[in-house]
Amino acid sequence: MTKSELIACIAERNPHLFQRDVERIVSTIFDEISAALSRGDRVELRGFGAFSVKHRDSRVGRNPRTGEAVSVAEKVVPYFKTGKQLRDLLNGPEPAPAPAEPAADPTPPAS
Amino acid sequence: MSRTMTRAQLSESIYQEVGLSRNESAELLEMVLEEISAALVRGEAVKISSFGSFSVRQKGERIGRNPKTGEEVPIRPRKVLVFRASQLLKARIRGEKISADADRDLDIPDAQPPSGYSSSVIDKIREEIGE
Repeated sequence: MTKSELIACIAERNPHLFQRDVERIVSTIFDEISAALSRGDRVELRGFGAFSVKHRDSRVGRNPRTGEAVSVAEKVVPYFKTGKQLRDLLNGPEPAPAPAEPAADPTPPAS
Repeated sequence: MSRTMTRAQLSESIYQEVGLSRNESAELLEMVLEEISAALVRGEAVKISSFGSFSVRQKGERIGRNPKTGEEVPIRPRKVLVFRASQLLKARIRGEKISADADRDLDIPDAQPPSGYSSSVIDKIREEIGE
């Protein structure tokens, strides 16, 4: 699905809106998320996921072809963490969680 | 200090941009997230130009380990969602300005020089890695 297909799909569900307005709505959403990230802010959309910016320190990398050490500058990269609800949608309902290891009580079961 | 943007601010932006009611703005935001999710659940990738792409990757079963007890636990095969930011978004986050036509990167594998870089930057990187 591309952005234009997404717009077409939303327009179809909202026949009372101009296509042009739907375009602006969809663009606004992604523009605002981008703007927030470029300010260093997080964007949290419960159920869907959260966008954030991660800082990677500078490090000494290697040119994989020559094996030569190269310094890699520190950088900021966008990151997305899938929300729980969407993760569950992708995988079907979570199987009943195994009873948590009784961390507070380390005594092994008597037998 | 970094802040967190939520649905509230996003739908407020839609409200100000398009002049729908606040209620309808919120509903439309929800609809957009819903449609993206539905496409992903169908197994489709979602590509938003100048923003990034979401795709679903199938992970095989593997044996994990409970780090606390050292006990081996099977990790079931599962699907994970992967987001790859476009070069344009990455550049924007780095605080660079790049023209919109630089954004043809959604299908380009990592090994290629990202199309968003100017040739002088690519030359500089080549120099750095001794190419």
